[in-house]
Amino acid sequence: MTTEKTYTVPTMADMMAAGDEPEVLFWVGCAGSFDDRYKRVTVAFVRILNHVGIKFAVLGPEEACTGDPARRAGNEFLFQMQAMSNIQVLNGYNVKKIVTACPHCFNTLKNEYPELGGNYEVIHHSTFLQGLIDEGRIRVKDGQSFKGRKITFHDSCYLGRANKIYEAPREVLAALDADLVEMKRVKANGLCCGAGGGQYFKEPEPGNKDVNVERVQEALATGADTIAVSCPFCMTMMSDGVKNQNREDSVRVYDISELIAQGEGL
Amino acid sequence: MHILQQILFVAALAVAAWFVTKRVKLIARAINLGRPEDRTDNPGERWRTTLLVAFGQKKMFTNLLVGVMHFVIYAGFIIINLEILEIILDGILGTHRLFAPYITPIYPFLINVFEVLAFGVLAVCVVFLTRRFVARVSRLQAERHRELRGFSIPDATIILTAEIILMIAFLTWNASDSVLRDRGVGYYGDLQGVVPDFLISQYLKPLFAGFSDTALVAYERVSWWLHILGILAFAVYVTYSKHLHIALGFPNVYFSDLQPKGEMQNMPAVTKEVQLMLGLPVTTEPDGSQANDNGMQPAEATSGESTPDEIGRFGAKDVYDLKWINLMNAYSCTECGRCTAACPANITGKKLSPRKIMMDTRDRLEEIQRGWQTNGVDYKDEKSLLGDYITAEELNACTTCQACINACPININPLDIILQLRRYRVMEESQAPASWNAMFSNIENNMAPWKFSPSDRFNWAEMVNEK
Ligand code: SF4
Ligand code: SF4
Repeated sequence: MTTEKTYTVPTMADMMAAGDEPEVLFWVGCAGSFDDRYKRVTVAFVRILNHVGIKFAVLGPEEACTGDPARRAGNEFLFQMQAMSNIQVLNGYNVKKIVTACPHCFNTLKNEYPELGGNYEVIHHSTFLQGLIDEGRIRVKDGQSFKGRKITFHDSCYLGRANKIYEAPREVLAALDADLVEMKRVKANGLCCGAGGGQYFKEPEPGNKDVNVERVQEALATGADTIAVSCPFCMTMMSDGVKNQNREDSVRVYDISELIAQGEGL
Repeated sequence: MHILQQILFVAALAVAAWFVTKRVKLIARAINLGRPEDRTDNPGERWRTTLLVAFGQKKMFTNLLVGVMHFVIYAGFIIINLEILEIILDGILGTHRLFAPYITPIYPFLINVFEVLAFGVLAVCVVFLTRRFVARVSRLQAERHRELRGFSIPDATIILTAEIILMIAFLTWNASDSVLRDRGVGYYGDLQGVVPDFLISQYLKPLFAGFSDTALVAYERVSWWLHILGILAFAVYVTYSKHLHIALGFPNVYFSDLQPKGEMQNMPAVTKEVQLMLGLPVTTEPDGSQANDNGMQPAEATSGESTPDEIGRFGAKDVYDLKWINLMNAYSCTECGRCTAACPANITGKKLSPRKIMMDTRDRLEEIQRGWQTNGVDYKDEKSLLGDYITAEELNACTTCQACINACPININPLDIILQLRRYRVMEESQAPASWNAMFSNIENNMAPWKFSPSDRFNWAEMVNEK
């Protein structure tokens, strides 16, 4: 392999200094920036953006938590502090359009920032990828790696029920030419991974089992060898669940953008 | 004889009306304890939702069979009410089947429809009782759901049994009436040639063949009285029961949330403080009002009713701090448990049950109502929804997944109450679980919920060209 592609990650600050503006701001999110597993999703998505030639930028060190976990845990002060500083930064760069891989960031930026003065067109990466597929800008190669593989998709609460996005991630997966199998509880009836509402950041309350174990058991019951997710928290919860069921050798958890990147050979 | 019956009937009607009015006033007053919030925006969308979800029962059909069965009861309830109009007029005027001679061609058709529905309601109530007590549908079992240990199950049993008795009374009343008509007894005979046999009750006529005329008239009168008194008693009972949803379900859906399910309501009072802290210009509300949906009790609205230290509370500790729609939700809840059956926390054995959140809110309101009745309308007690009814353990278990909102057939939002109580725990009592406090301070200091240096935030970019 001598013809290695090089990928770039421009920041808003660089762009602005160059007197340029991106088509879209990629909001990476805290998990996308710091979580070792999820950083690979960020990278996969950036490679796709590079590959199809989308002019994008990230905030880089200027990005901060949207405040979603604080707000849902009840700390409205902290949420609004985060929101307003982020809005100042975003408005300072005159951001119009945002894409993000995190449904929590997506929901907060899209539904909760406008009331505090942040009005943007916010797109989740599943919808964004679907658009690229529809336009023919992503064409997964004859699916050698996916033919005959069973993939099941886990709906995230903040993408699905919260914002009614059920089809986009499924259509992205359909482009892989794999065998998409559905779990018992899907779409509006989908079962939470157990991480939302601040749960990710504390021990669960006592019960019979953890929510992610229940959900992974349901996913494994489909016979799929790949669990596709489109949320950093779902990613961790599902991966932990697979480990809990001692299936980490045979079952993998991927973000939809990683699967596309794999299919594209990126 | 007639006159006596008429007097008794009017008296029964008056007593029922008096009780119902009293209850309605009390419930309205309890709902009005909540904070004001404008839910009159977007009437077009609200009507559309009401037609689909309330009148069309859309969300009931997620479980097709139950949806169809519930629809039978619902249609029966709405349509049989038309028939009650005739019964009431007959009762007041001392007439018998008042409408029959005037609308002769459609009268039998209408009664046939009522009979079929009555039979349907009867059958469905039997199935529903079976589901509860024989098939033991999990979400309706008190052993599995502690919120059902009180009045909930007797309540459901009373309602279902009462409906069965009412329907039997209606059908056998028609049957005995037909036999009396055939025999040409008294004014029953006047309807010969006007009213034919009806679809269902004709099969019950043989039951009455051996009755004497007198016994038959007695049966006819008793079943007529049983039917109408049963309905009046039901009307009063409903105001004490989860069956209130037959009335409140409609406004409850009309005023339900229109914003995306994942959106948490803003607190403008906090916005102001944060703007001051960040040195930003303080913006006023777009609609110019600060009184609505700001998460605080406006001082004006509560003046005279609360002590000064209760003014300006962040989040909700008691029903007074919730919005009126939360309280209407509580009175509308059917205790069906669809929310709880969908709740990930409940499914995995945690204490949280969204149905319990709604029932607790209603129980708290009823406790306040009882206080008013025994100690006067300004009565306040020392209890509160948070603590005395709902515990921190329940609140903390919620993943804010919105499955409960999605599952509720009448668009009740238990999550909204949970989140307001969480706000109180965190902002007023500083009672967040320790690991949440750690998360808060990480966000505050490191701009991320984890303890990473903010300057490392962009380090991932080094990976993009790694293989
Ligand atoms: S939002 Fe909370 S209460 Fe409602 S279903 Fe999800 S976890 Fe349960
Ligand atoms: S909140 Fe809705 S779903 Fe839950 S028990 Fe009440 S009526 Fe049923």
